[in-house]
Amino acid sequence: MLRFLTQRRGRDRLDMTDWIAFGFLGLGVFLMLGPVLWLTLSSFKTEAALQEYPPKLLPLAPQFVEVEGFETALQRFQVVSGEHAGRELAQVRRVGLNAQMVDPANPDERLNVHINDREAVRAVQVETENYTGLFTRFNFLRYFWNSTFITVVATVLTVLFNSMAAFALAKYRFTGRNTVFLLIIATLMIPPTVTLVPLFLVVSQMGLINSPWAVIWPAIATPTGVFLLRQYMLTIPDDLLDAARMDNASEWRVYWKIVLPLSAPALAVLIIFSVMWRWNEFLWPLIVLNRSEGFTLQLALNSFQGELQTAWSSLLAMTVLTLLPITLVFAFLQKFITQGIAQSGVK
Amino acid sequence: MTALFRTLYEGAFNLFEKPMRMLQYSLGAHRMAWVFLLPNLLIFGLFTYLPILLNIWYSTTGGDRILLGDRDWVGGDNFATLFDCGSYLDPNSCRRDLFWRAVHNTGWFVVLQVGFMILLSLIAALILNRNIPLKGFFRAVFFYPVLLSPVVVALIWKWILQRNGVLNAGMDWAGMGTVNWLLDPSWAFFWIVFVSIWANMGFYVLILLAGLQAIPGDVYEAAEMDGTPAWRQLVRITLPLLTPTLLVVMVLSLIRAVQAFDEIYVLTGGGPGSATTLLIQYIYDVGFATRPRQFGLAAAASLVMAGVLLVLTLLQLAATRKRAEEG
Repeated sequence: MLRFLTQRRGRDRLDMTDWIAFGFLGLGVFLMLGPVLWLTLSSFKTEAALQEYPPKLLPLAPQFVEVEGFETALQRFQVVSGEHAGRELAQVRRVGLNAQMVDPANPDERLNVHINDREAVRAVQVETENYTGLFTRFNFLRYFWNSTFITVVATVLTVLFNSMAAFALAKYRFTGRNTVFLLIIATLMIPPTVTLVPLFLVVSQMGLINSPWAVIWPAIATPTGVFLLRQYMLTIPDDLLDAARMDNASEWRVYWKIVLPLSAPALAVLIIFSVMWRWNEFLWPLIVLNRSEGFTLQLALNSFQGELQTAWSSLLAMTVLTLLPITLVFAFLQKFITQGIAQSGVK
Repeated sequence: MTALFRTLYEGAFNLFEKPMRMLQYSLGAHRMAWVFLLPNLLIFGLFTYLPILLNIWYSTTGGDRILLGDRDWVGGDNFATLFDCGSYLDPNSCRRDLFWRAVHNTGWFVVLQVGFMILLSLIAALILNRNIPLKGFFRAVFFYPVLLSPVVVALIWKWILQRNGVLNAGMDWAGMGTVNWLLDPSWAFFWIVFVSIWANMGFYVLILLAGLQAIPGDVYEAAEMDGTPAWRQLVRITLPLLTPTLLVVMVLSLIRAVQAFDEIYVLTGGGPGSATTLLIQYIYDVGFATRPRQFGLAAAASLVMAGVLLVLTLLQLAATRKRAEEG
């Protein structure tokens, strides 16, 4: 531990800047991870525990008891001081600073207890119903499937089409090659947000509104992907391709059997990007997917937060399940992803 | 799993091998380049270049019909409407006061978000570039939110900022009283800036870190031998050598900030009132969310935005070229 704290830049004492640096990093970790952890912890609480203020860190749920003569279950309290100290009572209602309480064993007698004299009875209660309910009460699997379908199909097509274009631009000489390359790169300057209205016309004329293909088709040709793959393919020696051509391999075989496998590292980076883009996409699906059966997870989350303002329990569980796949991918491929992004400078 | 992939890979190859070979026979190996380019070019043509042309058509026609033939020519009316203003500094004096409020909000948002984000990312990158333990962990932590979807990001913070949320509990505990964070215009604006920095910062930390690591170590060794103090090394060596990376980061983040929408739409819906309505949301509201749909106005607004983005991109090109010449 001492070594851990002292081995800095060859000096043996911590100076001011080290403390500031660690303060900054500590605050950073707290701010970056805290909210996600808080969300995850909260998603295991009962709705009653979620409504409680101030909130508790752990899923300690208030406990309720059925009392004869009352329609709804009453919250249990332990009386800690005053006249009824030591008894466990159920609260009927609160009147100002006093609570009207009742002993479950003797439901006819009402007792008055000052609110500071009692403490809620709690028990650790992990509410998995928040999660299971998503599958029974909500159409979670449907949204999950929509998101997965769009992500997988779009990624496969992105990789296929972009690598074909990159292959043509990297390995052939033909008139117009530079113009084509420029035309593709220029689309970097035209983000889809600028052409929302006419894009909507094109997609609706193709009869794609409310179909997952409305999200897939416009997204699969990416300047980033073509650029990334072309740069990588330039490093593959032409001799390899010519040797295969000598053996009477078709151009398609050269592309599929030689260039693609050799481009695997660049393809992997593009796959990760594409999965991230499509899984997280929001604005365009919001415009073209209007029926709830066609919603992606992101759209479903957005519409739930409007409808279920009060039912946070389901919303939180669904949010956790939505961030889970990306988190798992990141946990396993962290180094690979950060390196890919740092090298290509795209997101 | 691997076997399945292999089978699929072979299957896809065989599926296309025959038609592609026939194509090659009839076109010649040389022209196969165009065959390989075709799918990509078709998609770019249909979904990027065609829409740009159509956008001009939309912006010069009126009405709520989507079909081009049903729309009436109005010339520059849509632009005139957008720019019909007593004073551009006062959105209330404009005919389309919401558009100008969105322009103002976007302007402030861009300045604050980009400014603070670059400052914080730079500090984080400088610290992470030092010889500190657990470097990889810290870098991953800063980067993690970048991967989260904007909707998830917005919901995470909505849950913290809600009236009975954990932030208000903390404020109460510290005796400062609670605030209805997302219903107060100034606080709501603060939080959209904060949340979008939170969600995007890690990406820029990564880029800046890569830039810092590209600075050769012997420059510092020489400075160390001359007894140059650390802060002077920072100002005289690190920052000047990092300028090209900083420039790239700045323009990238500017271009993104101008187009901010997702997190903000879910977090505040543009409210309270129009306090956090930015340009893209204005375009979305006018063109898609409210009826009658005013496609012409939306298209005109997006052309204005495209103009701003184009200027930003050209500025970037000019700046990088200037640096390259000087360097």
